[in-house]
Amino acid sequence: MNLNTITEVKRPQSADQITQWRPGYAWLAGGTWLFSEPQFGTDTLIDLQGLRWPALTPSASGLEIAATCHIAELFAFSAPPEWRAAPLIRDCCNAFLASFKIWNASTVGGNICMSLPAGPMISLTAALEGVYTLWPRDGAPREVAAVDFVTGDNANILAPGELLRSILLPASALSKRFAFRHASMTKLGRSAALIVGTQGEGDLLLTITAATPRPIQFYFPEMPPATALRRAIDARIPADGYFNDVHGSAAYKRHLTLYFAEQIRAELAAA
Amino acid sequence: MNHTPADQPQPAPTADAPRNGYTINGKLYFAEPQPGQCLRTFLRERGVFGVKKGCDQGDCGACTVWLDGTPVHSCLMPAFRAAGREVTTVEGLAPPDGSLHPVQQAFLGAQAFQCSFCTAGMMMTCAALTDAQKEDMPQALKGNLCRCTGYRAIADAMHGRAEIAEDIAGEACGASVPSPLAHAIVTGEARYTMDVAMEGMLHLKVLRSPHAHARIRAIGRDRAMAVPGVAAIFTWEDVPRRLYSTATHEDHLVDPDDSYMLDNVVRFAGQRVAAVVAETEAAAEAACRLLEVEYEILPAVFDPVAAMAPGAPRIHDERGEERGNIYADIHGEIGSVAEGFASADAVHEMTYSTSRVQHVHLETHGSIAWQGEDGRVHIRTSTQAPFIAKQKLCHLFGLRPSDVHVFTERVGGGFGGKQEMISEDLCLLAALKTGRPVQWEFTREEQFIGATTRHQMTTRVKLGARRDGTLTAIELHVVSNTGAYGGHASETLGASLGGPMTAYRCPNKKAAGYAVYTNMVPGGGFRGYGSSQTAFAIECAIDELARLLGIDPFAMRRKNMILPGDWIESAWNDPSDVDFGSYGLDQCLDFVEGALAKGGGLPKPEGEEWAEGTGVALAMLECGPPTEHRSGAQMRLLPDGSYHLAVGSTEMGNGSITSHRQIAASLLSARADRIAIVNADTDLAPYDTGTFASTGTVVAGQAVRMAAEAMRDSILGFARRHTGADCRLDDNAVICGNERVGLAELYAIGTRAGHHFEAKRKSYLSLRSVAFNVQGIRLAVHRATGEIRILHSVHGADIGRLINPMQCRGQIEGSIAMGIGWALTEQMVYDAEGRMVNPALRNYRIPSYADVPPTEVFFADTYDRIGPLGAKSQGECAINPVAPAIANALADATGVRFPHLPLLPDRIFAKLAPHA
Ligand SMILES: Cc1cc2nc3c(=O)[nH]c(=O)nc-3n(C[C@@H](O)[C@@H](O)[C@H](O)COP(=O)(O)OP(=O)(O)OC[C@H]3O[C@@H](n4cnc5c(N)ncnc54)[C@H](O)[C@@H]3O)c2cc1C
Ligand code: FES
Ligand code: FES
Repeated sequence: MNLNTITEVKRPQSADQITQWRPGYAWLAGGTWLFSEPQFGTDTLIDLQGLRWPALTPSASGLEIAATCHIAELFAFSAPPEWRAAPLIRDCCNAFLASFKIWNASTVGGNICMSLPAGPMISLTAALEGVYTLWPRDGAPREVAAVDFVTGDNANILAPGELLRSILLPASALSKRFAFRHASMTKLGRSAALIVGTQGEGDLLLTITAATPRPIQFYFPEMPPATALRRAIDARIPADGYFNDVHGSAAYKRHLTLYFAEQIRAELAAA
Repeated sequence: MNHTPADQPQPAPTADAPRNGYTINGKLYFAEPQPGQCLRTFLRERGVFGVKKGCDQGDCGACTVWLDGTPVHSCLMPAFRAAGREVTTVEGLAPPDGSLHPVQQAFLGAQAFQCSFCTAGMMMTCAALTDAQKEDMPQALKGNLCRCTGYRAIADAMHGRAEIAEDIAGEACGASVPSPLAHAIVTGEARYTMDVAMEGMLHLKVLRSPHAHARIRAIGRDRAMAVPGVAAIFTWEDVPRRLYSTATHEDHLVDPDDSYMLDNVVRFAGQRVAAVVAETEAAAEAACRLLEVEYEILPAVFDPVAAMAPGAPRIHDERGEERGNIYADIHGEIGSVAEGFASADAVHEMTYSTSRVQHVHLETHGSIAWQGEDGRVHIRTSTQAPFIAKQKLCHLFGLRPSDVHVFTERVGGGFGGKQEMISEDLCLLAALKTGRPVQWEFTREEQFIGATTRHQMTTRVKLGARRDGTLTAIELHVVSNTGAYGGHASETLGASLGGPMTAYRCPNKKAAGYAVYTNMVPGGGFRGYGSSQTAFAIECAIDELARLLGIDPFAMRRKNMILPGDWIESAWNDPSDVDFGSYGLDQCLDFVEGALAKGGGLPKPEGEEWAEGTGVALAMLECGPPTEHRSGAQMRLLPDGSYHLAVGSTEMGNGSITSHRQIAASLLSARADRIAIVNADTDLAPYDTGTFASTGTVVAGQAVRMAAEAMRDSILGFARRHTGADCRLDDNAVICGNERVGLAELYAIGTRAGHHFEAKRKSYLSLRSVAFNVQGIRLAVHRATGEIRILHSVHGADIGRLINPMQCRGQIEGSIAMGIGWALTEQMVYDAEGRMVNPALRNYRIPSYADVPPTEVFFADTYDRIGPLGAKSQGECAINPVAPAIANALADATGVRFPHLPLLPDRIFAKLAPHA
């Protein structure tokens, strides 16, 4: 829709050209969320497209994804065969309610910075032990683990004006085995639960997303028995700790979480 | 608008376009968009009206265009990003040689549209799919919503299946001839309400109440008035203090006069408080935000049962103490249900409820009003009832009917939502006060919070039967939540106590119904109109009773369903004007039972967590409303020997312009395309009550039949006198004896002789027939996740002779898809203050391609002796058996009855027994 409160669009060639920050400014990535609701508090958009960050940089250490990488570009990425967890990329893209046409515009960083519980790029990067590089307005770049970035529904650790620059998915995580479970109340709809397990050597890293306001991760050095897994989840996430919204009640999401977590455990334990 | 003089198409660029150059369908435009402008409005400002708005939020895909060949949603795309790039819209899809793109050809061939508001976006998406994407259409089309078709015809188009029949003189009726606008639709030329630009247009926006119940103490407008571009502001102090109902019916007394255009009391969150008109939408919006409204919050009540209790907050004070918030109550009994239950071997009693849903016609409400040079006012609008809207506007503004012109061009869906006058009035007010044209287009959010909905109803059903299944008593108790205003409340309540109970023969029936005011968004007309709600309850209850008695659900229905020759009655004794013009319920049941037994569709998914079940439900419809309904049609032979047909009724995707032409063509032994048709225009067409209550065929179609017969008689009568021989029509000529006289020639001769080749007829709806629908469902439900998958859907429809089989099927499929949405996906959620939590298509999910399975549709072989050329109503009733068939299949699969819609996984999972 038209954002009628916007009076200016800045189109920097480099992020340093934005020297000041004030309320009313917003980074513009794909714009697929920004242009989907009125933005009464915003008067200036700062376009990230002119920064021309290379979308995907694979290397021996892993896959670096620019925040401005389009979902469509990520979806099209063909990974080396030793990155056994790479199919998770497509699973997570398909978990968007948004269709491929939105993917042509929306970005990985935009999805992460929206910080919605059902943000599948949050799921993907948290499950694959991603590390985010953040560029504060003043000060040195900092790094943060993906799983610590989102703090709640539509809330994260970004300071005003701070920019998500890139995401590194380490090769070690990309090389793991994985199991993926996803549910939505409507066909191909918004996620009610998106749960991923990865496994290196007999361990289990379980990442719960969509069902909870922020990603919650459990690490077990050895594959736990079913009861221990369930106990660990219940201990960490109280019944009201699940995200209650029109895409699923908290009780339902808890139920899905426990059900899928056990399926993932069983699947990875069987191998 | 932001038109600049330089903003003219330029020849296509040879080199890279400059930074403020936009190439749109091969033409270069130089323009500077507003900083926050999206590409959708930028394109429309350049006159590219094929780019539609279904949501403006990225959810529906109606605005899909290509940017350098890549499909994107133009409502989300910042306009400036298209600078120096090539934009392709539906208008640019076809090759320049005038032929059609293969996808346009495919959509044309399969007639993959009804209202067609989604079609441009649908085609722009389909035409961009890779072969791999085409393998998974549910995924590929998840960003394109269609509310009309149920997606089957779109799937056909994608598979290259064509269905249109050739237009052969004299054989139009019964043939799947295409819509007369088909070419304009696939090329994006068809014009909807907002698809015009007018010099000097002002834009209207309203401020809506955040409170469910409040008195407005004061409205400060100084800051709002100071916004540059604001032309006028209207509050309750500026409008005629005249009560009316926004609901449209022939008989204005069936709806309560309980509304003011703008009021000093708001009764639901979302009600209009004030209107601003300004040079731009942006200025009007900004001014709305700056209005300073002082509200005195009043206690609110949302639940109709609580609203009926003594001491509940009063919603309409002026209605007298004793009636409280009960707007209408209806009671009746035939026989004695007390005796009936006493003689029953089994009794089932349960409370069922159905939810409030929104129509989600893809084109939102909107109007444009202006004063013409002829000194009259003109209102171009998106309505199902232009003639009643005109009457209401005359009433509100004290205008003479001859000074008011209301018309539609093409309407992007209605489903009952546009049986309501909720945008025309303010546009006219502003046009009269400012002397300028004024337009107002609802946002998608406004559709949810400020338009109407299906009435939420709670139904207590009690059924008794003897051991052999014979019903001994039926008792219904219905509470309908009409929300803050009572439009359609008594009529839907009446319908809720009609059809569904009438479908069963039983000597003892009793009904009590209450329509109650609350502080919710108002209910309104919605496909199925009250009957859907109680059909759900009764059809579930019939299954439960059958289960108690150990009788098969089909057998239970056959034992008790109404048969030809039966007295048609629900719970009152008055005779009615309904009769069996034909009867095909038995055929429909047989078909559905047979088709389910044959086992088409998908197999049960693998895994022991999946439980499978089948369900059936039936529905009966009286073809047309019990209230008055009138329609007129007018025909003329034109000098060139072709015909002109004018009908008052609205085309909103129901296909009436196609079928009306077919009716006329078949009676005139002509090809359908020899008949030009205009409709829904108070200047150009005869009076019509409106296109609702299943009247497009049985009333308007009847008027067309009579006018065409009179036209035929006029032509043949003159020809006979002129030639002295017996004559018959043959397409564009009359054949008199051995002589063939072209109609153009005959017209010339006749006109010289003073003959008038014209006819006008009116039809009135009395003696109404009955139509039937039966839905069968086989589904699987996942006991852990609660996911429901419809594996097989079959439907039998008894709608008389099919005037256009393809269209009839489309209406049935669209109804089924809507029924699936009501049953499985749609939910309007409110917070404790009565504010809607999810007023966006992202969060209120109408069925997408993936949600709608194909349906095997069967048509009973019947020919109605009441309806025109053997046809009956078809657009409405098919929705009624869908939700109960799904619920019955779910009960069959799980052994658990879920009596409350919607059957969303998070509402059912807890009761699904884990498998053993
Ligand atoms: C049809 C549809 C379906 C959708 N489905 C889903 C879904 O299933 N799950 C889901 O989570 N979301 C969904 N969304 C919402 C949203 O998350 C997506 O639109 C998308 O991920 C946003 O990405 P973008 O690049 O377009 O971001 P933008 O709209 O450009 O920006 C989003 C927000 O992030 C900020 N931002 C963007 N990039 C950066 C950066 N690098 N550093 C700092 N801040 C930044 C912006 O300032 C803004 O506040 C959907 C939206 C639509 C329209
Ligand atoms: S109008 Fe753009 S997606 Fe609906
Ligand atoms: S034809 Fe698709 S929305 Fe009407």
